[in-house]
Amino acid sequence: MGKTLAEKILSDRSGADARAGDIVVAEVDAALVQDGTGPLAVEELRRIGMERAAKPERTILFIDHAAPSPRKELSNAHKTLREFAAKTGAILSEVNEGVCHQRMVESYARPGDVIIGADSHTCTSGAVGAFATGMGSTDVALGIASGKTWLKVPETFLIKATGKFQKGVYSKDLILHLIGLIGADGATYKALEFAGDAVEAMSMSERFTLSNMAVEAGAKTGICASDATTRAYLESVGRGSDWKPLEADADAVYERVVEADLSKLEPTVSKPHTVDNTATISEVVGTKVDQVFIGTCTNGRLDDLRVAASILKGKKRASGTRLLVCPASKGVYLDALAEGIIATLVEAGAAVVNPGCGACVGVHAGILGDGEVCLATQNRNFKGRMGNPEGFIYLSSPAIAAASAIEGVIADPRDYL
Amino acid sequence: MLFKGKAWKFGDDISTDHIAPGRLFHLRTNLPELAKHVLEDADPEFASKVQPGDFVVGGRNFGLGSSREHAPRIIKLAGVGAVLAKSFARIFYRNAINIGLPVLTCDTDQIDAGDELEVDISRGEVKNLTKGISIKTTALPDVMIKILNDGGIVEHFKKHKGFAL
Ligand code: SF4
Repeated sequence: MGKTLAEKILSDRSGADARAGDIVVAEVDAALVQDGTGPLAVEELRRIGMERAAKPERTILFIDHAAPSPRKELSNAHKTLREFAAKTGAILSEVNEGVCHQRMVESYARPGDVIIGADSHTCTSGAVGAFATGMGSTDVALGIASGKTWLKVPETFLIKATGKFQKGVYSKDLILHLIGLIGADGATYKALEFAGDAVEAMSMSERFTLSNMAVEAGAKTGICASDATTRAYLESVGRGSDWKPLEADADAVYERVVEADLSKLEPTVSKPHTVDNTATISEVVGTKVDQVFIGTCTNGRLDDLRVAASILKGKKRASGTRLLVCPASKGVYLDALAEGIIATLVEAGAAVVNPGCGACVGVHAGILGDGEVCLATQNRNFKGRMGNPEGFIYLSSPAIAAASAIEGVIADPRDYL
Repeated sequence: MLFKGKAWKFGDDISTDHIAPGRLFHLRTNLPELAKHVLEDADPEFASKVQPGDFVVGGRNFGLGSSREHAPRIIKLAGVGAVLAKSFARIFYRNAINIGLPVLTCDTDQIDAGDELEVDISRGEVKNLTKGISIKTTALPDVMIKILNDGGIVEHFKKHKGFAL
């Protein structure tokens, strides 16, 4: 009987014949924490006298959620991470280097790796063909110190995407549509495997958006095969030697197959306050928007900013609508500067904030006022997410976000392309 | 482990943002202070009124969202005996067991706000004393029972010098 991508990777990294339902102890090939979850991991290791990293060059501490620090408590949390890095030799990703998941795919994640992170969107790295999953601080702390973790081998849902996107429709629309279909808990404990000719045709950036949001359907990870596109991407970031091919067996066993025909897909949004509360654009067009936020580990990459700039070029944001832009990493920021994208966005009225999580998690740089509506390219719209439980968050692609910034209400991007 | 207390009822999809909101991010290194705001965005009265041994009773997909372990930790710090829900999000569930907060899956439609409950964690028994009924629970997976019995994942790891699951 063949194996899914999850079963293959976990077999390789545990030395066992890993099958769905088995419990395995696997090698940890990379571990990450961020400034919200890292201090607790470090404290826990101190408490039990295990303040060390088994693989310091594969342990990355990110200062991204509150960067630069807006208050002293967070500055002290950052100090804890810096001290741990100095003591153990672990890698520190400083203020401005970018969002952990974007930095992971740029510099660390490799096909076939087991990656654990104290951040739920660690699944983003699944797009390069890794088994990447989010855990709590204590689990990741033990993984950092010992180089190992325990995992239940998940059953897999095969997401089979075929056809071509229509104009104005992107992988963000696809993943929002899929979460609406599967439900916010429909894939709890499962792995999603993204496949089909449409996924094969996608860029890595588009695949990152898919894998990033696997957790919003409850999934443990969202994996793509490692193919020629993966190889070209790794080469482009100077890591060609990290590539290896990886695909599921043709006779792998899937718990469920979910099919999606891209050619039938409409621009899609999630309405407040759950990600699976999806609607097609025509159902929400005209909704007043106070703030538009383009960025995050979901959609803050160069192609995302490029689409937004192509729509906003020569136009202005609506006077009653703020526009925030946050490149996902320093590399993205520099590329966008070089291409003139940042200038276009600033001319259109955008406030560009430094790479990091920015407004997404509600710590600083874009907190909503009472009753305000935000349209964001991030992955979550829970009550209170952007710092105020009295705010309302819609989720969309960068194209919808850009069109909506111009009109001041949720707008159809196809009118601008 | 036997707990007796009052039910605090919550709906479906209670996220980690409801439990430990992002706007209180700076309190994550001060859990006793953060615990004073536990579940504030779902029920502003909860944190100040919850009594030791009381129960958090949710609907479907309790604890969805971020990996923040602070969420189960502050529920435990607030004195909650156990969380009962129809289903749990994966990371929250694993975190809760890791740090020794009991979580039980059962049909919480049979519990109303304020009902007196008696919960025997080791036997997986939930009695609704107010309604005079017993509620069936789903047994914890073996691996979770092992971790709970060792007193959490850190104690498990120390005792076995690694993972023995
Ligand atoms: S950008 Fe948002 S979703 Fe991504 S890691 Fe940062 S806070 Fe989390």
